[in-house]
Amino acid sequence: MSINQGGWRPTMGESDGNGDMPTYTGNRALMLEEPLIFERGSVNVTGVDIEEAPKVRSRLGGLDRNRDIGLPGLSEPETVRHYTRLSRQNYAIDLGLFPLGSCTMKHNPRLNERVARMPGFADVHPLQPVDTVQGALGVINELAVWLIKLTGMYGIAMSPKAGAHGELCGVLCIKAALEKRGETDRKVLLVPESAHGTNPATAAFAGFRVENIPATPEGRVDLAALRGRLGPDVAGVMITNPNTCGLFERDMKAISDAVHDAGGYVYCDGANFNAIVGRVRPGDLGIDAMHINLHKTFSTPHGGGGPGSGPVVLSEALAPYGPLPFTERHADGYITLVEEETVGDRHPDSFGRMTAFHGQMGMFTRALTYILSHGADGLRQVAEDSVLNANYILRSLEDVLDAPFAETGPCMHEAIFSDAGLAEGFSTIDIAKALIDEGFHPMTMYFPLVVHGAMLIEPTETESKGTLDQFIGALRSVAQRAKAGDQALKSAPHFAPRRRLDETLAARKPVLAWKEPSQAEAAE
Amino acid sequence: MSRYFTEDHEWIAVENQTATVGITDYAQSQLGDIVFVEVPEEGREFAKGDEAAVVESVKAASDVYAPVSGIVTEANGALGDDPALVNSDPEGEGWFFKMSLTHPSQLEGMMDEAKYQEFVSNL
Repeated sequence: MSINQGGWRPTMGESDGNGDMPTYTGNRALMLEEPLIFERGSVNVTGVDIEEAPKVRSRLGGLDRNRDIGLPGLSEPETVRHYTRLSRQNYAIDLGLFPLGSCTMKHNPRLNERVARMPGFADVHPLQPVDTVQGALGVINELAVWLIKLTGMYGIAMSPKAGAHGELCGVLCIKAALEKRGETDRKVLLVPESAHGTNPATAAFAGFRVENIPATPEGRVDLAALRGRLGPDVAGVMITNPNTCGLFERDMKAISDAVHDAGGYVYCDGANFNAIVGRVRPGDLGIDAMHINLHKTFSTPHGGGGPGSGPVVLSEALAPYGPLPFTERHADGYITLVEEETVGDRHPDSFGRMTAFHGQMGMFTRALTYILSHGADGLRQVAEDSVLNANYILRSLEDVLDAPFAETGPCMHEAIFSDAGLAEGFSTIDIAKALIDEGFHPMTMYFPLVVHGAMLIEPTETESKGTLDQFIGALRSVAQRAKAGDQALKSAPHFAPRRRLDETLAARKPVLAWKEPSQAEAAE
Repeated sequence: MSRYFTEDHEWIAVENQTATVGITDYAQSQLGDIVFVEVPEEGREFAKGDEAAVVESVKAASDVYAPVSGIVTEANGALGDDPALVNSDPEGEGWFFKMSLTHPSQLEGMMDEAKYQEFVSNL
């Protein structure tokens, strides 16, 4: 085994007391050290016995590869162990509470996986003749109907592949509608401070100029400021509801009415739909476009565990501009795909296409499974339980942690705290790192920006009261230590496979690819 | 040379018609370790309030706004190789860019050092 000279190697840190006796291997019982696969394997070894290739005359005109590409060779058991060991150093929703705010890390029901693996869904190809994939198209169509019903909207684009992709879809619909109206001077999209960080990025990417709308001290959109800014240059507003402060935008209908009166459109970031699904229909609030993160609200695995999926529901005003393709269910139950070849003149104002095919099929089957297994009443309970859990955390910790919006009233899907009141020199990062020692994935940190040293905690409905109590106990203990100035927190985590990493060095001098030690030395 | 400060935590050092712009010590302490700085090209013209530079730390990425209107005459290339200069010497070696002022009257009423310190202490 050779050591990676090119990479920066974090130290394990100083001994903190008992139990830090060194071992010969560096392993700590079940906590196993694991080198990079390039270090574990060797280019001189192979794990498979492939017959020598027959000699053929090269037709590459001298462009043949002239040296080995340097892939490490390992036996199959070594390979399996390598990735299994790495997976054990990871934290996952299947291991415990994953409180990342605005990420809705909820349990992925195993029933979803069973259905998604059925060959009729898993082994079909998007280019198959439609009469051979009626079941798969039926899933897309039925899911589309559910999403339209749950949101009270008019139309839907199923193909966007993640939240930000859905945002882009919605904003492109707005752009197409404005072009159709001949109002291309509307160049400004208003984005409140309480919106998701991707919203201004999407608006800018689509060619709009972003202007900020301030938040009120209560953490909601400043309606008067918004009204004051509306005008003939404003294309619309991108608003996140419930917002990143964990609050429901109560003035949503008034906001929509004001934007519509001024000739603009309302985009709603539906990333936090989990808190209102089955309780609020965005269509009733005057929203023109909203993406739905299937991977959040409807429990499809994400965040390293799987891809996103961001269908966009559209109002009657924007639906004509939605992208192709979409499914069409005929009176006899037969489902066809409406694509460029088949659309004719029925959808002339579509802005185009966002994806090669129909969207994330694997996420569609999982999301529809989740919806059907919960039913409408179950989905309503999802929203209620997720909000109850978040409020339980908020009220259980507001005596030890500063909760800037606690006075505003109940929170929605997530509880938010600031770093006010911690001892001098202590910040949110110290609490987050100490939570790792307690066996929890940390919460979202330093976001939203409107809260100093923000801690954003979203428990989702997945967690039982027992799990919440354990998390609350851990966070309470860590918070009390941070208030008391416990220096041990500054070097946390103490028990993780790696101690506090040097994020600054990693960002300033990133090592993005492994190099053979000889090359790495030469590059020094 | 007079030095002015903005509520966005930028400092402006003015000599003749040229202003040197950077972020304050308070700003760098709030951002934490700075890992990347994008400075504007020479010749760019900014109106007051335009996004002129980007500063990225391990915690967050922030825009730096042109505190006054003007044309960029020089950018601090040293920040490309060593963004940590903003942490170590924010109001000296860690300057961002220099601009020739097109509307010097915009400086009127801006905070001086003492007023800025008072502003920061109330945050």
